[in-house]
Amino acid sequence: MNPNTGPTLQDFGHDPLWLSIIKALFIFVVLMLGVLFGVWTERKLISRMQHRYGPNRAGKFGLLQSVADGLKMGLKEDITPRTVDKVVYFLAPVIIAVPAFLAFSVMPFGPMVSIFGVKTPLQLTDLPVAVLLVLATASIGVYGIVLAGWGSRSPYAILGGLRSSAQVVSYEIAMGLSFVAVFLAAGTLSTSEIVAKQAGGGTWDVFGLSIPQPSWYAISLLPSFLIYVITMLGETNRVPFDLPEGEGELVGGFHTEYSSSLKFAMFMLGEYINVFTVSGVAITLFLGGWRAPWPISIWEGANTGWWPMLWFFIKLVLVFAFFVWVRASLPRVRYDQLMAFGWKVLIPLNLAWILLYATLKALRLPEVDRAFVLTIGAFVVVGGLAIWFRFDTLLQRRREAKAAQIEEEFEQLREEPEAGGFPVPPLDLPHYHGVLPAAQASTAVKEVTSGSN
Amino acid sequence: MSGYFGSYLVVAILLGTGLAIVAGALLVNRLLRPHRPTPEKLLTYECGVDPVGEGWAQSQVRYYVFTYLYVVFAVDAVFLFPWATVFAAPGFGVTTLVEMFVFLIFIALGILYAWRKRVLTWT
Repeated sequence: MNPNTGPTLQDFGHDPLWLSIIKALFIFVVLMLGVLFGVWTERKLISRMQHRYGPNRAGKFGLLQSVADGLKMGLKEDITPRTVDKVVYFLAPVIIAVPAFLAFSVMPFGPMVSIFGVKTPLQLTDLPVAVLLVLATASIGVYGIVLAGWGSRSPYAILGGLRSSAQVVSYEIAMGLSFVAVFLAAGTLSTSEIVAKQAGGGTWDVFGLSIPQPSWYAISLLPSFLIYVITMLGETNRVPFDLPEGEGELVGGFHTEYSSSLKFAMFMLGEYINVFTVSGVAITLFLGGWRAPWPISIWEGANTGWWPMLWFFIKLVLVFAFFVWVRASLPRVRYDQLMAFGWKVLIPLNLAWILLYATLKALRLPEVDRAFVLTIGAFVVVGGLAIWFRFDTLLQRRREAKAAQIEEEFEQLREEPEAGGFPVPPLDLPHYHGVLPAAQASTAVKEVTSGSN
Repeated sequence: MSGYFGSYLVVAILLGTGLAIVAGALLVNRLLRPHRPTPEKLLTYECGVDPVGEGWAQSQVRYYVFTYLYVVFAVDAVFLFPWATVFAAPGFGVTTLVEMFVFLIFIALGILYAWRKRVLTWT
């Protein structure tokens, strides 16, 4: 491992109070500016991807667009509908916005630096259970969503809130499970130590050239990383999983009743900060944290002093750009598909991958009897396959029966259109000439305009 | 500011700062914004058409079942995290692995049961 692997848990908790306050304020300023210019970046980037200009009126390149929007939201009349539950309605945006900031307290921005003569890590704090804190703050945000839907006393809002919370908790499980392999590999839950563990992974010698082996968990734990990338989109309600705000189905989802006032701005703020948080977690846990990527890391000073903060923010911008790219490319998925994907694919895959990885890791422990582990592994694999085949044939049979039944129903509907039993207008009304019974298909039908009978 | 809870104190400071900033923003907003309510403005928006009847809608009981599943798996994750941290430490090894296999098989049985009961199927 490199000598400059950065701070460990022992380096935290020694900051004087003023330094903690400076760091906390720094996090706030960065996040606020990040949201302002993140919104601008997203709008500009996605409009370029869609061959349009995007915001270009307020300020140079439209840079001040978000500032103008924010000012407008702060100064405009705030309408609280008469029927809402006033307390809950007011608390919901606060509950979403405040914990969103907390996750960044354990985000490592860089190694030890000297601020006004005090040696301190570029990270507000670190805990032995830091990643758990990130997950916990994400869970508190769900309360905000549910309460916003509940307090609004509006059908669309409550449906949007329920939908959103079910989605977020489902994807949170898959997200938590995708971290387990990282903890297995790193042996710790502290973010700074996970970054330190990704510092070096040996070298490959190719024709006398020594190329550093990838030490990022994104590469060595690729399945976990892929699952995490999917769940981070689901967790933050972003396209293609932005169902809570499916405007064709739910108007505005859980924040329908929050007219574009400051309370609505709080929801936006929380949402964008959550995007930054999951991006930061992706960087910290999978993409090497603040450490410089390979071509830069040849330079000795790349991972010392204040430079790592630059690498961290470059990575953050790139991950955020990935969010925008996905938004420009993918359509929204259907809700049942979303939940089925989360529970039937992501979670079982994750559990299987954890067991596989743990077994592989156990094989490399010195005191372990390999034959025993391999026997257990083989036993589990055979058992799993047996269960799988059983279910597979069963499902196949069920699917075929269902298809046959549907085909039969279609056949019947073609013969007598009114037999469907669904609460739709009969398909053979005089003004409707879409479906005709097979017997009458040859005779000419006169068109009667709608509403004339 | 040292010791084990020192780190948590910093998190509390951040929470306090967040509350102060959000509360301050809402307060300033309250002082600056106009306030001219009319009966039409104070209707719930819903979909743009005047609302009819009670505000709350009936919804699927399925959401409720998902929260149960969530609790099961959240507890599962809470057990998995410490296990993952100590797994490679000396003195654990195969016994720990087998125990986790057994535990995860029980959890997997839970999700299989939900699957079988068609809880995970939406229609």
